[in-house]
Amino acid sequence: MLLKPMAKPVLFVLALLPFAWLVFGALTQNLGPNPAEALIRSTGDWTLRSLCLVLAVTPLRVMTGTAALARFRRMLGLFVFFYAFVHLLCYSWLDMEFVVADIARDIAKRPFILVGFAAIVLLTALAATSFNRVVKAMGARRWQQLHRAVYLVAALALLHFFWMRAGKNNFAEVAVYAAIIAALLGWRIVHAWRRRRRPATVPTTRRAT
Amino acid sequence: MIFDDRAHGFNHGKSSEITPLHHYLGRRRLIQTLAGGVAGAAMASWASREALAQVPRPGKLAALPGARSKLAGAVTMEKPTDYKDASTYNNFYEFGTDKADPAKNAHTLKTTPWTVEVEGLVKNPAKYAIEDLLKLSAQEDRIYRLRCVEGWSMVIPWVGYSLSELIRKVEPLGSAKYVEFVTQADPKTMPGVGSRVLDWPYVEGLRMDEAMHPLTLLSFGMYGEVLPNQNGAPVRLVVPWKYGFKSGKSLVKIRFVEKQPVTAWNRAAASEYGFYSNVNPEVDHPRWSQATERRIGEDGLFAKKRKTLMFNGYEAQVGQLYAGMDLRKFY
Repeated sequence: MLLKPMAKPVLFVLALLPFAWLVFGALTQNLGPNPAEALIRSTGDWTLRSLCLVLAVTPLRVMTGTAALARFRRMLGLFVFFYAFVHLLCYSWLDMEFVVADIARDIAKRPFILVGFAAIVLLTALAATSFNRVVKAMGARRWQQLHRAVYLVAALALLHFFWMRAGKNNFAEVAVYAAIIAALLGWRIVHAWRRRRRPATVPTTRRAT
Repeated sequence: MIFDDRAHGFNHGKSSEITPLHHYLGRRRLIQTLAGGVAGAAMASWASREALAQVPRPGKLAALPGARSKLAGAVTMEKPTDYKDASTYNNFYEFGTDKADPAKNAHTLKTTPWTVEVEGLVKNPAKYAIEDLLKLSAQEDRIYRLRCVEGWSMVIPWVGYSLSELIRKVEPLGSAKYVEFVTQADPKTMPGVGSRVLDWPYVEGLRMDEAMHPLTLLSFGMYGEVLPNQNGAPVRLVVPWKYGFKSGKSLVKIRFVEKQPVTAWNRAAASEYGFYSNVNPEVDHPRWSQATERRIGEDGLFAKKRKTLMFNGYEAQVGQLYAGMDLRKFY
């Protein structure tokens, strides 16, 4: 099913639904008493959610042995960038009214804004190097090294969210995202460690002795 | 009525001679209309500003009528926020940290019976049943700006009377320098009290001269009706020149003390929330600017935010309370 030609467009539309919902809500004035705040926060939430999704692709692929899942990784990664960019746009527009000097001052003054901004700069580099031609030009090895930066993005995004909620000592949601991301990154560490200890050619000999 | 001489000067007329209220008001209206016609455009715009201040009752809860306050600064001419926004976008952490939570969860709050205990350094400590507290002084309609520390604002028509009326009744001792406000913290009816966001109960405080300032309102209602639970029923404080969190909701104790009280937000994050917390566009919150604010329900999504005013626009009334104080230090 994952190999069906329709699978990609369907996932594309699904991933766009939250955005469409927010645009619809904004146009019909259905985002509650403070629509600006609702837009900024929801786009941040969806950035984190798509980040969790894209980080889940490789663990799921390996654990279930579904190689076809890899087809969706780039698109999901670009959606992380998309929601992060819309998040930045909402903040710059609705909160800062596009006053560049104010934004620069805000980045310098507020650590959580700085951290969020750094994550978006990294994401931009990843999105810009996501084309086939760039991958080829960079070489697979260097490309992969660069794209490991997504782990740093995940850490920065979590820190950004944590600091934002720190004002109200309200960490319940932060803990949920932290647990998911920790599990997804933890799996990678364990997986890499196991592969190093045992060559892939003899996968199940240890127990046999 | 005619006073014929000194001996008969205090004979009262028959009650039938008294002009009925609606006739009196009718005459007033006629005079106003005439005046408006004569005085022209300036007068007409003044009249329409007055009309704006007449807030319709939402018809959700029991009526709580008040007389229009005559106090300087007590009735802003700005457009009141929609009742729906004012009663569904609240910070009342005892009912959850999301601003939509209080309206969803506060129905469990039991507001009858309710007593407010006045204690500490006073001559006449007392336990007031809410019914008696309501009648302690004449209820007034006041329309205040409300500026939240988070950077949004509303305009709320409150009903209540100056806290100073109560303070005079209980006669604070000379040693009483501050007033501490303790709010309800009942884990059975308030689901948020179990959380570790703040230390419960939520405590707020004012310096005695702030508490005595006539703009400091003991409020029992809004929009001509009793307070909805999520807005701090049955009785709360409203201090319009300070950030909203200084105005404690659902009060149960008013305590007169000598030392500056340790308030809930100050205890949670002293570097972010000071004791005074006066609205001040020049002193930023450590994590965001306080120079501007978004008026809820008023400005369009892409409209420029409005400038925050010193003491939330009440500088003329309260500025002298802070003469000579470094407001950056005492934030």
